Amino acid sequence: MVGTLESSDIQIGLSPNPGGGLDIQLQSVVKAQFGDAIVATITEVLESFGIKDATVNAVDRGALEWIIRARMQAVCCYATGTQFEWKGEDK
Amino acid sequence: MINAVGRELPEKIGSYVVKPYAGPSQKIEAEQTVCSRRKPSKRAVAETKLMPDLKAAIQACGLRDGMTISFHHSFREGDHIVGQVLSTIKELGIRGLRFAPSAVVNIKNPSIVDFVKDGTIDRIQASGIRGELGDAVVEGLELAEPVILRPHGARPHAIETGELSIDVAFIGASAADDFGNCTGQVGPNACGSLGYSFIDATCAEKVVVITDNLVPYPCVPISISQMYVDYVVKVDQIGDSAKIGAGAARRTKNPRDLLIAQRAADVMAASRLFKDGYSFQTGAGAISIACTDFLAEHTEKAGIQASYALGGMTANIVEMHKKGLVRTLLCSQSFDAVAARAIVDSPNIIEIDNSMYANMFNKSCALDKLNFGVLGALEIDVDFNINILTGSNGEMMSGIGGGPDVADGADISIVTLPIVRGRIPSVVNKVFTCCTPGSSVAVVVTEAGIALNPKHKSYEMLKEDLQKAGIKTVSIEDLLETAYSLTGVPKPIETTDKITCIVEYRDGTVIDVIRQIKRD
Repeated sequence: MVGTLESSDIQIGLSPNPGGGLDIQLQSVVKAQFGDAIVATITEVLESFGIKDATVNAVDRGALEWIIRARMQAVCCYATGTQFEWKGEDK
Repeated sequence: MINAVGRELPEKIGSYVVKPYAGPSQKIEAEQTVCSRRKPSKRAVAETKLMPDLKAAIQACGLRDGMTISFHHSFREGDHIVGQVLSTIKELGIRGLRFAPSAVVNIKNPSIVDFVKDGTIDRIQASGIRGELGDAVVEGLELAEPVILRPHGARPHAIETGELSIDVAFIGASAADDFGNCTGQVGPNACGSLGYSFIDATCAEKVVVITDNLVPYPCVPISISQMYVDYVVKVDQIGDSAKIGAGAARRTKNPRDLLIAQRAADVMAASRLFKDGYSFQTGAGAISIACTDFLAEHTEKAGIQASYALGGMTANIVEMHKKGLVRTLLCSQSFDAVAARAIVDSPNIIEIDNSMYANMFNKSCALDKLNFGVLGALEIDVDFNINILTGSNGEMMSGIGGGPDVADGADISIVTLPIVRGRIPSVVNKVFTCCTPGSSVAVVVTEAGIALNPKHKSYEMLKEDLQKAGIKTVSIEDLLETAYSLTGVPKPIETTDKITCIVEYRDGTVIDVIRQIKRD
C-alpha cells in the first residue's frame, strides 16, 4: 500500500491475483472526467513491470498523472521486491 | 434554438417560455407598472400582530396549497427559520408550495430534499441551491417545474414584473418589536444587512417577521418597517450564531491563492481608474479576502481613498473603512460577525436593498458606478464565459450570487481562480454551465498568468495601463494549454435530456440550462 488520502494524492494497494488478470478497482473524485485516463495510467505501469495478474485498489483524490505514475511505480517495486531503475527515467 | 453564448435551448420548458440570452443587456423602458401584492389595509388598533406561534401566523396568512413562500438567506448555514417554517407548514398539511428564497444554503436538519419528497414543496426559485438540495436536483429530483436560478439583481426584477409573485414572505430578524419593525443588525443572532428582504417586504401579499429577540417598541434601527408587516412571531432560536457569521476570516496561507490575490490587486492598482474616489467590490472567497488586503495596501501607498465598497461586506473591508481607505460601505449582505455589527457603529456603513445593489431595471443601481469587481469562478472558458454553479461531476457547488451583475456593471471585472484544482482544470474549452457571459469579463487572473479579454469594452485601456505598469499578460488559450498540460483533457459530463434548472441572466433571459446528470 502506497500513497495517502490527502487531496491531490492517490492511495494504491496491490495484491496478487493468480491467473485472474488485471482487476483494477478505482474510487476517484474525478472519475467522471478522468476515470478512464487513471485506469490507463495504472495499466501502463503494471505492463512496464511485466505484471499480468494483480488486484489494484486505488483511492484517488484528484492526483495528477505523474503522481499516479510515481505511486504505481513505487507499489510495483514493493510488490515485486525490485529497486526502481532511475536511469530508465532519464532516457 | 441557440442563444448568444452558444447554448442550445428549447423554445419552451413545460409552461416556461424561454427568452434566449441575446447579448449584452440593454436598458429597456417597460410598459408595465411594478407589481406588488401588498394591499392597503386598516387594522383595528386593539388587534395584535404578535402571534403565539408559527402555526397561528401561517394560518392567519391564509396559506394554501400551491402558494409561493419566500425567505432571505442572510443567516447562511446557521438558519433555523426555513426549517421551522417548512416543518410547521408540513404539520398543517399544506402542500405543493413554490419555495422562493433569495438563496438556498446547505441546511441539513431538516433537509429541504425531504420537504420536496413529501410534497410540501414542488417548485423552487432561488439564486442558488447549493448542497444536498442542488445535488438531488441535478440528479433528477422530482419537481413540478425545473428550478429557476437567478442572479441577485434578477430576483427583484422577477418580483416586480410579477413573474415571481410572493404570497407569504417569512423574514427572519435578529431584533423586532411587536409591530414588526425589525433589523438584522443587533441582537444575539445578528446577521447584518437584510438587503435581500426589502423587495419581499414591499411586494409580498403577507409578511411575517420571525425573531428570537422581541424588543420594546420601537425596534432600533428599523431596517424593515412595520408598514409592511402583517404578523410577528417570537421563536426560541432563529439560528445558530456561530454559523450565521463567524468572526473575521483568517487570511489564507495558501501561497497560490495569495499570489492570485496579489496579482488581482496589482491589476486594479495599475489601472487609470485607480485614483481618489474609485469604487470596488471584492467579495468573500479566500482569494477575495486576501485581495482586499492587497488593495488596501495599494490604496494606502497611493495616498487615496475609495468612495465606496459594494455588496457583501467582510471584516477586512470594515478595517479599510476604519483606516480611512474607503469612505462608504454599501452593504447588501454582511459576510461575518464584524461586518454584521459594523453597520450600527458608523454612519458611513449602510444597509442597502439588494435591488439597489444589482437590479439593472431600476432607474439606476449601485453597480452602474462600480470601477472594479473581483469575482470567483469554478470554471472559465476560452470565450471568458464563467461557470459558478456546477462542479466537475456536475454537482451543485455554489449559487449564482451577484457575479453576473457585478461583471456587467463594473468597468473592470476581474475573475480570480487557480488554473487547476486537484486534477480539475479551471480554464476549459467550454464551461459546463454558463452563468456569466464572457463579453462582460475584462480579465482573468491565475497563478499561471493574467489574460485580458480582447472583446471587453475596457480592453484597450486596460492593455495600455498594464503595459505601462510592466504587468505581463498571456492569452486565454495559453492558460487553457497550461491547464490541460497538467490535467489532461477532461471527458465531457454526460447528461440526459431532462432539464433540471433554468439559469437566468440579470436581464431575465435564459443564459443556460442544467440537464440531469447521467450516473452509471
